[in-house]
Amino acid sequence: MSYLIETILSGLLAGVMYSLVALGFVLIFKASQIFNFAQGVLCLFAALTLASLMLGNTPFSELLHTLGLPNDWMPVVPIWIAVPITILVMIGLAFVIERFVLRYLVNQEPIILFMATIGLAYVLEGMGDLMWGSDVKPLSVGLPEGALDWMFDRFDIYVDKLEIAAAVVATVLVIALSLFSQYTRIGRALRAVADDHQAALSVGISLRTIWIIVWSIAGFVALVAGTMWGAKSGVQFSLSLIALKALPVLILGGFTSIPGAILGGLIIGVGEKLAELYAGPYIGGAIENWFAYVLALAFLLVRPQGLFGERIIERV
Amino acid sequence: MKMKVFVAALAATVALGAVPALADLTMPSLSYRTGPYAPNGIPFADGYADYWTLLNERDGGIEGVKVKNIECETAYNTQQGVECYESTKGEGSLAYQPLSTGITYQLIPKATADGIPIHSMGYGRTSAANGTVFPNVFNFPGTYWDAASIIIKYAMEQEGGSLKGKKVALVYHNSAYGKEPIRTLEKLAEKHGYSLMLLPVDHPGQEQKATWLQVRREKPDYVIMWGWGVMNQVAIKEAASIRYPMDHFIGGWWSGAETDVLPAGDVADGYKSINFHSVGNDFPIYSDLQKYVYDAGKAAGDGSNAGTVLYNRGMAAAMWAAEAARTAMKIHGTKDLTPPMMRDGYEALNVDEARLNELGLPGFTVPVKVTCANHGGPGLGLIQQWDAKAKSWKIVSDFIGADREVVDELIVEDSMAYAKENNITPRECK
Repeated sequence: MSYLIETILSGLLAGVMYSLVALGFVLIFKASQIFNFAQGVLCLFAALTLASLMLGNTPFSELLHTLGLPNDWMPVVPIWIAVPITILVMIGLAFVIERFVLRYLVNQEPIILFMATIGLAYVLEGMGDLMWGSDVKPLSVGLPEGALDWMFDRFDIYVDKLEIAAAVVATVLVIALSLFSQYTRIGRALRAVADDHQAALSVGISLRTIWIIVWSIAGFVALVAGTMWGAKSGVQFSLSLIALKALPVLILGGFTSIPGAILGGLIIGVGEKLAELYAGPYIGGAIENWFAYVLALAFLLVRPQGLFGERIIERV
Repeated sequence: MKMKVFVAALAATVALGAVPALADLTMPSLSYRTGPYAPNGIPFADGYADYWTLLNERDGGIEGVKVKNIECETAYNTQQGVECYESTKGEGSLAYQPLSTGITYQLIPKATADGIPIHSMGYGRTSAANGTVFPNVFNFPGTYWDAASIIIKYAMEQEGGSLKGKKVALVYHNSAYGKEPIRTLEKLAEKHGYSLMLLPVDHPGQEQKATWLQVRREKPDYVIMWGWGVMNQVAIKEAASIRYPMDHFIGGWWSGAETDVLPAGDVADGYKSINFHSVGNDFPIYSDLQKYVYDAGKAAGDGSNAGTVLYNRGMAAAMWAAEAARTAMKIHGTKDLTPPMMRDGYEALNVDEARLNELGLPGFTVPVKVTCANHGGPGLGLIQQWDAKAKSWKIVSDFIGADREVVDELIVEDSMAYAKENNITPRECK
């Protein structure tokens, strides 16, 4: 019985980690109807920047080395400065994305915008490599790690402290995002754009400003998700692949719902862990990755818009 | 006057042309400096490149012929690896080191048809150790099956000589590479009476919670890991999190680099892995590397990987290739090598302790003597253990030999099956 409880708890907490990534997708999709393929790379880029600053890595170090220029002049930046700098970098990135990518694609088909984000993902990944190198960067932001001792010692149940921290962070993040969208002027503008682009424009809301704000917030969420995943495995380029973990969460939870992303993550997390541990041994194992998609697709048969997604009815 | 100068210049050109200039020895490097596996690919590629730079700068190349190291980025992707092979083989490439089991599998028939040798050093298709069936493929100094059997031997030593009734788990990368040791471990399980538990981890291995919950449930006495890239780092952290005893957690030789343990921090302390060469930079060759490569600003990459496990391994790969080229020159009496000559050089390779001393690498790795029938080398390995405080590997065993009885039988069985499938008549080796 304790093993089942352990599996469910681990699944729930792993699901929270997936939800953190999924949140970034939802924010951008809600405000601009763009499925941002680059969200995983945004997580990587944010975590790379934070870890590199904290390690004192000089940006473009290898390029400087090749050019025969000094490449060891960057000081180690303490976390309380490194985090704000990384947030500023992500805001700057949002400006650049709006200025050089999105601005020219207003009113284009969603598929064009989606393709643009694929390109963006590759550019950002290459830029991250060029700036900070491809080596694994340990990321220590003071988060607790290892098994939760009293659960382990008393009940022989293993729960990872890092994932509990992630659950707390995700809760705070969702509350903050909800308060922001409900009670601030910008938040209301975001909701207006999400509800109806044309109507929002007609009352003077600038779509470009909204896009910059949304991409900045998604960048911040990416920083949080990247930090959590980076603390787990070190920051490295495989981090961009965590987006694949968020996709079934989005299918299940809906592309436009923050609670959906959270609940979807929890269902996927528990579902895949139970499948791996109880069915996996009979069919060769390593089923959790694809089982998450099976679960999400099965759910689509019953509820195509996802758990909390908006039901779109178009009459022709 | 102008005419005289022109004629003199023409004569000089013709005269120079009459003495054929020796072409560089082209050694391609199918590297991966980008993508999820870059942290492992970079130090290997740096070590490989720096060794060639050292030979060129210090000795003017191999026997006076410069070496051209051409890198092609595979991103550890099999398709890209094959494209790299196709795009570089025309440049006179003498031998390929794919650094990927998947790419090696794809290149074996191609390179064999093209007559170009492959050195899949400690990876690739294990049964390619049978030189009678795979004349163009070399996988010395040891194979995956050697490594698996050495790990089991070491575990037996730790358990007082027997693993009877014990449980061993294999956590492996769910790919051609990760699946390689399964057969050997199954065979050894029959022989030694332990039970084997197989736990595959899908690429890239960022999330392994379910795997380690299974380890917690089954409580194996030993966990062996056949991982690569992020899978290794996550596995080590997860093992520590569930309080699995790290000294009973042993990685294959592609799961035992600094990059695998450093991200885990202190909790990686005590983790073990097998290796086929020494660690660190306490070898005479490093003073030459410092003088001719690092100080001269000619190091590959940013020069920060010197002395790491995978850097040393890249250097070992280049060292054996250089010695194979030297041997080929002696056999054929020419410095103008072709891939078939290079193959002959590999097959007659003999790098013993004395030669390692001359190369500035005393005790760096095992002596290797390749023969027509045995392309797998001596199949020796040592166990290293991570000291998290000192941030370095400590060697904790002597070189251990593989269980030749089991491994050789499997190699013959598998290679003969390959020969039958591909209508290959095994050649005679005298």
